[in-house]
Amino acid sequence: MTAIAADLPTSYLTEEHTIASWLLTKDHKRIALLFFASITFFFFIGGIGAMLIRLQLLSPYGLLLQPDMYNRMFTMHGIVMVWFFLIPSIPATLGNFLIPLMIGAHDLAFPRLNLGSWYVFNLSGLFLLYTLFVGGVDTGWTFYTPYSTLFANGHVIGAAVAVFVNGFSSIMTGLNFVVTIHRLRAPGMTWMRLPLFVWAIYAVSIVMLLATPVLAMTLALVALERFMGVGVFDPALGGDPLLFQHMFWFYSHPAVYIMILPAMGVASELIACYARRPVFGYRGMAYAIMGIAVISFFVWAHHMFTAGISVYAAVVFSLMTFFVAVPSAIKVFNWTATLHKGRISFDAPMIYGLGFVGLFTIGGLTGLMLATLPVDVHVHDTYFVIAHFHYIMVGGTVSAFFGGLHFWWPKITGRRYPEMWARGAAILTFLGFNLTFFPQFILGYLGMMRRYYAYPPAFQEWNVLSSAGASILAVAYALPLFYLGWSLLWGERASANPWGATGLEWSTSSPPPKENFARTPVVKAAPYQYNPEDGSFVSQDGVAHA
Amino acid sequence: MASPMRSLAPEPQFATLEQQTETAQLGMWVFIATEVMFFGALIFTYYIYRLIYWEQFRLAAADTKILLGAINVAILLTSSLTMVLAVNAAKEGRQRALLVLLLVTAALGFCFLGVKGYEYVQDYNSSTVPSVNFLFKSGYHSPAELFWIFYFIATGFHAVHVTIGIGAILVMSWHARRGRFSPNYYSPLEVLGLYWSFVDTVWVFLFAAIYPLGRAIT
Amino acid sequence: MQWLPFWPPDASNTAASIDKIFIGELSLSLVILCFVFGMMIVFGVRYRRNSAADRSNLVKKTWHWELTWTTGSLAVFLALFVWGANMYLWLYEPPRHPDLEIYVVAKQWMWKAEHPGGQREINEVHLPVDKVVRLLLTSEDVIHDFFVPAFRVKHDVLPGQYQTLWFKPTETGRFRLECAQYCGTQHAHMIGDIVVQSQADYARWLSQQGVHKSLAQQGEQLFRSFGCSGCHGANSTVHAPSLTGLYGRVVHLQDGTTTTADERYLRDCILLGASHIQVAGYPPIMPSFAGQIGEDDLMKLVAYIQSLSRQQQASP
Repeated sequence: MTAIAADLPTSYLTEEHTIASWLLTKDHKRIALLFFASITFFFFIGGIGAMLIRLQLLSPYGLLLQPDMYNRMFTMHGIVMVWFFLIPSIPATLGNFLIPLMIGAHDLAFPRLNLGSWYVFNLSGLFLLYTLFVGGVDTGWTFYTPYSTLFANGHVIGAAVAVFVNGFSSIMTGLNFVVTIHRLRAPGMTWMRLPLFVWAIYAVSIVMLLATPVLAMTLALVALERFMGVGVFDPALGGDPLLFQHMFWFYSHPAVYIMILPAMGVASELIACYARRPVFGYRGMAYAIMGIAVISFFVWAHHMFTAGISVYAAVVFSLMTFFVAVPSAIKVFNWTATLHKGRISFDAPMIYGLGFVGLFTIGGLTGLMLATLPVDVHVHDTYFVIAHFHYIMVGGTVSAFFGGLHFWWPKITGRRYPEMWARGAAILTFLGFNLTFFPQFILGYLGMMRRYYAYPPAFQEWNVLSSAGASILAVAYALPLFYLGWSLLWGERASANPWGATGLEWSTSSPPPKENFARTPVVKAAPYQYNPEDGSFVSQDGVAHA
Repeated sequence: MASPMRSLAPEPQFATLEQQTETAQLGMWVFIATEVMFFGALIFTYYIYRLIYWEQFRLAAADTKILLGAINVAILLTSSLTMVLAVNAAKEGRQRALLVLLLVTAALGFCFLGVKGYEYVQDYNSSTVPSVNFLFKSGYHSPAELFWIFYFIATGFHAVHVTIGIGAILVMSWHARRGRFSPNYYSPLEVLGLYWSFVDTVWVFLFAAIYPLGRAIT
Repeated sequence: MQWLPFWPPDASNTAASIDKIFIGELSLSLVILCFVFGMMIVFGVRYRRNSAADRSNLVKKTWHWELTWTTGSLAVFLALFVWGANMYLWLYEPPRHPDLEIYVVAKQWMWKAEHPGGQREINEVHLPVDKVVRLLLTSEDVIHDFFVPAFRVKHDVLPGQYQTLWFKPTETGRFRLECAQYCGTQHAHMIGDIVVQSQADYARWLSQQGVHKSLAQQGEQLFRSFGCSGCHGANSTVHAPSLTGLYGRVVHLQDGTTTTADERYLRDCILLGASHIQVAGYPPIMPSFAGQIGEDDLMKLVAYIQSLSRQQQASP
């Protein structure tokens, strides 16, 4: 740490050096870094799963892995990526670091709860690693009954416990954010002056709080059924396997919005800053975020159109799904309009941000196709669905995460990263991603099933393209490790506001001092007061900059 | 790092003690919202099966120990009262009353657990414990066992919450004995009182959902 | 659609319609994408940092624009919804008088199909072209899913329940059947073929299967061997509902509600007995046969009871 912070002024990084000062910290900024370490670790675990899957699928005959091992591999990939990477990624790292800074507070409302959340997360990670170590589970991340309760011979209970405990971490973080945003805003920081990233984290937190407990109960019932032989979902005992699906998706659909909303918040920050103009339709964007969060609770059974639900229920859920697409569409159009009459530069964060908008749009349009009942009947459980959600979660969320990481890197570390390398990685990500997942749309419509370890030889060309893309994507994701790591030791020192951005976080030093601000800021301006005509801007503390 | 119990200065992220107090309360309300979703999911599932298997659930529910359940309602409601009185005592600076009332609340909580445990033993003796000791009486079919599964899961999770609450009350009692609460600072007690009232409310809902079914009055 | 490269075959009456919606949405998506990407590129170039474009007078009343694209999106989405929902209701509403009924039992990891004439297949289903087929599906263990990409039909197959699926094959040929719900280790090998033949070939295939008893006839045998005829037979002294003409009829239950005697009803009666189904006017004494009758035999009994209705319709 001394080498990294060698020529930096006193900051939260250099405040104390002991291991205890990190492991027992109450500082939200240090906790953000702790979370960053954890989720990066799990990103690699999940990534190994992805690599093995794509390697296996190079050949149609399933030569690399035994069928049972392949099934455990895609299950592990799903569980790790969803609960141990995507859901915590932006909220627990960028959210933790930035929320107090953005609203002008000195920390979150409950700092010990924040640290507790990290420990609970790691505890759940230990449960998961143990489960993987003793053989893993092969139910898919969706745990459908009665396979998971009565027939699977993997460690279902271990996985269920891991996810159950992980849920507590989500709830603790979400609770902290909601209460902080309500109560700790600096004077002058009204709701309609909040940066859109804060709105996004606020909405995400509400969804996390209300949805996760339902997952907890669902998994508890699955574990109990498996452990005790009681039949909540067992048809032989009068249980209904479909009920599991309803309960599971009641959480898991809002969960996918937990994964995308923070990314949308990041995108707004990036695009406004690098287009040097206010976000088009700030109010609409804020309402769209809240609208998505609310409606997301009413669409869950669109995952069950072919499951045996009544056709009339299916029709209702299809309608609700089309409704939830509307605020997303508004956001895409507003982001595009934010480029109009801007003064646009294409730094790496902007490339990630624009890439996010493009890939999210593609993912969203295919979501419309999935919402259309008869089309879904054909493509449900095929690679079409896989492509759709990877466009949103990887093309969308991961792109935004990397964009945000680069954007706030100077603030978090006090260093500049090498711009050319970063732009190269961003472009490589975009290209590699499309090569990986676009062929999967075609495969899906042709009828290639998901969760198959082997497939008809006619599909091989598309699979090879997809695997080739995955190898490029792997490089693109690994690159930042190297040049960001390099920047920690040899990167140029960053000023307080290298990008000329308007948020409160930029009015304090890079990296910030432990208490964030020497004095509690007073907010005098709305966010994104960029003037594209001459590149000047007014930061939220009211200070005009040329 | 000053513990919130030690001084009357607010934690560094708060401007005033009042802000800290209000924030703590909001935090507990938000937590209660998550608990409502947790128990709500279970109760909702229970009602779905109850609707489908009306007759079987009535049959099975007739074997529940309604007297014990009702006694527990009384115990918890009383404990909520003593909890509220404890908070009042703190507000008025009556230290001894505060300590006594907290300990009585904890004791009532223990009574609840005791009665519950006794009830579980009775359930075992009457062979209504699914998968462990369950006898299909005449007229019973699988859904009857389903009723009992819900009974144990619901009351089991509830008992866990009661236990955690008792633990928290005992910790608060220890702090109270050390004189950490005063009319200027009793926020942790209010927050705990909120949690305890919630635990109490859940029991009332569970009682209403589980016990009266299948009795002559319904 | 065969003239499109990389397009799956469309071999059922519904495939072309589904493809039409999909192509419609693809085209719409292309238009929207061109618009969004186009705007991003145009703005990105025109308003790049060092360009001399006019940046004065930023739009202040953004809500005009937002209202436009909100209502536009909503209108388009609702249109897509109506188009899709309409077709879906038609797709999933089973035909009243299918030409052919096939009984399918799924289990890890194979498909068992039985024709009304008693012919049995594993991982293959022979069908006549241009005839409306109705499948009765159930699983012996976990949830599977019956999916034929060429027909664009798919339905989950649940244990403990019957699901129905219908379609009309319009092309002869061999079409892949796949399991579309993860069901365990060999999920990827729970595949088979739907063999659609001309009606003459199909009839020939049926006769070559060496089966002497139709499904309904086998069911009638089971009806006696399981003791059903003891109560439901014509000469029984027990007051039990007659099964002649029962299938498809409205049944009045003890609690005043009515239900239709479809396959699910018959299955529930047999497996759950009087605890679940109490028919008005009859004592609730029917025992449950849960655990005593396997899925294959259940389907035969159902086929037999269905045949009693057809006989009744056939005779004056």
